[in-house]
Amino acid sequence: MIEQVAEPLPIYGFEKRVLELEVNNHPGVMSHIVGLFARRAFNVEGILCMPLPEGTVSRIWLLVYADQRLEQLIRQLEKLIDVRSVREHHADHEVFVQAERFFR
Amino acid sequence: MHTLTGAELMVALLENQGVTHIAGIPGGAILPFYDALARRGTITHILARHEQGAGFIAQGMARATGQPAVCVASSGPGATNLLTAIADAHLDSVPLVAITGQVPLAMIGTDAFQEVDIYGMSIPVTKHNFLVRSAAELLTVIPEAFRLAQSGRPGPVLIDVPKDVQLQQVSFAAWPEPGTRDTGPALDLAAIAAAAELIDAAERPVLYLGGGVVAAGAAPLARALAEQAAIPTVMTLMGLGAMPSDHPLSLGMLGMHGARFTNFAVQESDLLLVVGARLDDRAVGKASAFAPHARLIHIDIDRAELGKIKTPFLAIHADVKEALAALLPRVRPQMRKRWLAHVAALKARFPMAMPGRDDIAQHYGLIQAVAEQLDDSAVVVTDVGQHQMWVAQAYPLCRPRQWLTSGGLGTMGFGLPAAIGAALAQPQRTVVLFTGDGSLQMNLQELATLAEWQANVKVVLMDNHTLGLVYQQQNLFYGQRAIASYYTHHVDFVTVARGFGLPAFDLTQTADPRRLLAEALGRPGPVVIRCPIDAQAFVYPMVPPGAANNEMIEAGGVVQ
Repeated sequence: MIEQVAEPLPIYGFEKRVLELEVNNHPGVMSHIVGLFARRAFNVEGILCMPLPEGTVSRIWLLVYADQRLEQLIRQLEKLIDVRSVREHHADHEVFVQAERFFR
Repeated sequence: MHTLTGAELMVALLENQGVTHIAGIPGGAILPFYDALARRGTITHILARHEQGAGFIAQGMARATGQPAVCVASSGPGATNLLTAIADAHLDSVPLVAITGQVPLAMIGTDAFQEVDIYGMSIPVTKHNFLVRSAAELLTVIPEAFRLAQSGRPGPVLIDVPKDVQLQQVSFAAWPEPGTRDTGPALDLAAIAAAAELIDAAERPVLYLGGGVVAAGAAPLARALAEQAAIPTVMTLMGLGAMPSDHPLSLGMLGMHGARFTNFAVQESDLLLVVGARLDDRAVGKASAFAPHARLIHIDIDRAELGKIKTPFLAIHADVKEALAALLPRVRPQMRKRWLAHVAALKARFPMAMPGRDDIAQHYGLIQAVAEQLDDSAVVVTDVGQHQMWVAQAYPLCRPRQWLTSGGLGTMGFGLPAAIGAALAQPQRTVVLFTGDGSLQMNLQELATLAEWQANVKVVLMDNHTLGLVYQQQNLFYGQRAIASYYTHHVDFVTVARGFGLPAFDLTQTADPRRLLAEALGRPGPVVIRCPIDAQAFVYPMVPPGAANNEMIEAGGVVQ
């Protein structure tokens, strides 16, 4: 007899997405967000984060693979109290394209 | 202008939230708060014997009443000891506010004495958490914590308060409003209308009620919907009590240890209306084989649950109470004679077998005998294990919040402190705790708390000298190699309970166990009743882990 059997994890697609998050800017917010990805076994390929000019809100850019769990991840992100909004962009968004030259 | 210390402000803001009782254990980093408790004298403190006990006492209060409850611990080990109770509240959506002391701000990050990063450690098991950096922040953080704990899908919130913040003076002009429950998301009436059409058109609908129905106070509406549209109704472990177990439309608990007819009815359904539930694996079994012919309507206040396990045909993101209230006038009354007759036939053919129901020396008989001595106002608490499943199957639960059990996390040791919390929150009720010898030993120290408060908790200890569910799984699925699941040393729990200052009885030490049980349950205040149970008695029927719900095994290993 077999023990616990989970459905096999979906195979990673090669398509990427860029997520744009607006979050409250205070200590601990980053660990809420990256922790969510880590504990749901979802890889983050790239992260960029800076406060917006007024300083109370930060913008986080995440580069992720678009596997079928992404929608669940976005819904979980939206539940985080310090996440004000989540927007989804295609992978060719200029933010990571331009950042690429710092990663050569 | 008001001027207070942070600690006084914490207590005042708890008063402002209507908090009358808190459970906790003091320690160095939370002592200013305890001093403020002593000075103000407004809040009753229940001193647990272990912080996990304090967390579950608060959970018992919250689960019995639906209101947020508070537990308190010091920094370091005090805080880490709370984590299991917080995680348990997270998985079962219980409104809990946990307050921890922390080392002074300037010492954070220095590996100071009794410093742990409880803020970081509690992120995965809380709805939200706070590390308070100034006394002034408390004015917003505490009301916000109470708002978050009870809004939307309820859950635990942790507030970590450094010792110097508790000692800091703060001046402010006006008291903040207490944090209250937010209104739910806007109701999608088009989706409600679509759901009503699906229900009207369905031939074999089943209503599936989860803990969210209890949390939302929607049980009467769910029952009204079932009656109006003649829909057989199943409940998850957390949903038990939402519909009385003797209701003609109630099929009881579904899932791993549900009755076969219950699971078969769900598997045969053509429409499954899931309300306030998250389609947990213990309820649905192998998800891809669950209710294969059913269109799924899923109503939940947590949008992330919609589509997480099964893609619904129709998803409704709503407060389930509002959704059911809107659904009722739109659903056509009908008799559904064919489907109900078929379900009745399933029930006759695949009933819930309860061998030994008349024998008080056996598990079902004991549960039955206890139920016969109590009325419907009693609160039924369990620990985790075989006894929990037997009680879930057999106890005639009849109202929401009558049933307090650790569902999602399955925490052994939950029962005793949770029962104490429920009894203190609702002193007019009798609280019966069904526990096992494995579970009881995980928070045994709270017998002292029980004796101290003389809370009206009747502890029914089903003693089989084993970690019964582990022993059962080893026997069924691990070639009968029972390792580390049988206690070779047998604890004398009656003497132990008496040592804690509690009256205690052993059902084997009498010629008339029914009479002894009745006398013990009829006494005022706490009592411990030891009832031996056969270690070879297993929980049946059972869906083996990883199997579909229609692949249940019965006693003797028969696969049906």
